[in-house]
Amino acid sequence: MTQFVLRRVLQGLFSILGASLIIFVITRLSGDPVVLMLPPEAPEALVQQMRERLGLHLPVWQQYLVFLGDALTGDFGTSYRWDMPVRDLIFERLPATIYLASAALAFSLVLSIPFGVISAVRRGSWFDRFAKTVAMLGQAMPNFWVGLLLILVFSIHLEWMPAFGADTPAHVIMPAIALGWYPVAAQTRIVRSAMLDVLESDYIRMGRSVGVPEGVLVWKYAFRNAAVPLVTMMGVYFASMLGGAFVVEVVFAWPGLGRTVVEALFARDFPVVQAGVLFAAIMFVIANLLVDLSYGLIDPRIRHDR
Amino acid sequence: MTEMSPMDHAPADQSRTDQPPVLDVRHLVTELRLRRGALRPVDGVSFRVGRGETLGIVGESGSGKSMTCLSLLRLLPRPGGRIAAGEVLVAGTDLTKLSEKELARDWRGRRISMVTQDPMSSLNPVYTVGDQVGAPLRYHGLAHSRAEARARAADALGRVRIPSPEARLDDFPHQFSGGMRQRVVSAMAIACAPEVMIADEPTSSLDVTIQVKMMDLYKQIQEETGVAIVLITHDMGVAASICDRIAVMYAGRIVEQGPAREIFRNPAHPYTRALLNAIPKLGEKSKRLYALGGQPPSLLDMPGGCRFAPRCTLADAKCLAAYPGDSDLGSGHRAACWRLSEEGAPDAA
Ligand SMILES: Nc1ncnc2c1ncn2[C@@H]1O[C@H](COP(=O)(O)OP(=O)(O)OP(=O)(O)O)[C@@H](O)[C@H]1O
Ligand code: SF4
Ligand SMILES: [Mg+2]
Repeated sequence: MTQFVLRRVLQGLFSILGASLIIFVITRLSGDPVVLMLPPEAPEALVQQMRERLGLHLPVWQQYLVFLGDALTGDFGTSYRWDMPVRDLIFERLPATIYLASAALAFSLVLSIPFGVISAVRRGSWFDRFAKTVAMLGQAMPNFWVGLLLILVFSIHLEWMPAFGADTPAHVIMPAIALGWYPVAAQTRIVRSAMLDVLESDYIRMGRSVGVPEGVLVWKYAFRNAAVPLVTMMGVYFASMLGGAFVVEVVFAWPGLGRTVVEALFARDFPVVQAGVLFAAIMFVIANLLVDLSYGLIDPRIRHDR
Repeated sequence: MTEMSPMDHAPADQSRTDQPPVLDVRHLVTELRLRRGALRPVDGVSFRVGRGETLGIVGESGSGKSMTCLSLLRLLPRPGGRIAAGEVLVAGTDLTKLSEKELARDWRGRRISMVTQDPMSSLNPVYTVGDQVGAPLRYHGLAHSRAEARARAADALGRVRIPSPEARLDDFPHQFSGGMRQRVVSAMAIACAPEVMIADEPTSSLDVTIQVKMMDLYKQIQEETGVAIVLITHDMGVAASICDRIAVMYAGRIVEQGPAREIFRNPAHPYTRALLNAIPKLGEKSKRLYALGGQPPSLLDMPGGCRFAPRCTLADAKCLAAYPGDSDLGSGHRAACWRLSEEGAPDAA
């Protein structure tokens, strides 16, 4: 078990390193931030001086090593745009993104679990078709489009929901739906097909043969088995929520890491983009690690095997 | 519909006990609707089992033994499976007439239960043994608290002779050996002390020595609780050693039934005799004992007359024309064959 965790942590570190390297190179390819920071008529000497101050005159690999070395000491540089330490900026914005991604994931599960379970129990029924339609709709529409639609209907037209910002708990509802609707189709499919298998199993028949009520068989004894494949995919879904947050946060003016990084990208605010992506990668690795640890909790065979 | 034979509802067999049967199956017909059409894997089966009695059901693979078991508890595959006709009386109540809810609440696991072939897959891998054995007790209101359910589950595990049962309540099925898992399944089945237990080849996936132990265990449990047992088996040796009565099934019907001694000493039906002849001589070991010539008929294309006719050396025109009704051969021994009078009393072994 300890060995398994160590292996996973090591793999995670490599992923983080890889992600940071890729984003580092890409930002450097996107153009020169100094051009955006200084007025067009600024003298060449000033531009050069600025580059040197930011360390941009060094070869890219040296810049990367400097970045890594600083990052290890917790120093992510200063934002060109907001003019504050990147670390403070990230720690200010990251919680909002985690909150949104978690709310979106929760929303997707609140839909997909009952959808999948009931569709399996009543396969071929109107509910099965209804659930499939609702789930597919979320997959067919891009999340920003769902977001705009929600704003149009519930904020502008009906005036029920706040559209922008994160001032009240209600603010998270629409962005969470826009973000969380997409994976519902895939999750419903996973739950449904796992439930179909499990409901056919000998142990469910055994439970039925000793008089365990049908509802208990489905929601307790069958579901826990069927949840295993869903849980193993949770890290992937959380990651896709983090990724989707970059767009949805812009649509809803959500004060999270995603919107910050997108704005930073347009401003060629390299330190913010690099640190933002690095933290997203760290979140991704942590989420996957938690998932790997958690399905041992659900399935004792995995727990004992390791 | 199926032919009714005059002997089907004959007075109670002269069982070992003279009490009314706890399990009385009357002319049970089970239908399976498939895309290819509807099958009747069980087609007019009748038998009775008294308190403390063991009925063995034997027959080739595909003869409908498991379908009969599943029908008794109404656990047929869904959708598609249903009981098309007949009655299943447990202590006088017809289970075929009950709602699914009543059946689960008052009957399954409480008064009639089942152990199936595969102990490996009959236990839920993600719940503890204590939880699973405790489940019938909890849902039948025989345990009112967690502590009581645990205590009674441990008690049930003890009754199937699992060593230090309290210590094993929190273990998971994969921590048990095959034989021990079958004991756990049996503990689930007997936890509420049902009057009838159905055991569908409960030991066929286990080692021979463990098989013998399991059978002894069932016998002991029966002596302690008086449970009536329906035992499906491929093993004529097992059938001979622990069954009071034997029913021989062929192509969805019981072709012969009676006291075990009678069946082994004076088999009346040509199929039964063929089965007994196919038993390997002492010392030869084989799990599937029957090496009969030919194949059982397809359920989709059932012969109109005697279902055994295509493989029967005695078959004549009458056999092909109509299905033979049951004949009473005395002391609860019955067989369905046109030519019993000529060949009904062959020499004993
Ligand atoms: N799900 C199913 N779909 C189609 N046919 C089925 C199904 N289940 C059973 N049958 C058919 O019903 C008949 C009876 O099957 P059953 O399982 O009761 O036989 P059995 O006597 O228990 O055999 P075995 O000794 O192999 O366990 C067989 O001919 C089988 O082909
Ligand atoms: S009825 Fe005829 S075919 Fe059938 S078992 Fe008897 S003799 Fe054979
Ligand atoms: Mg069978």
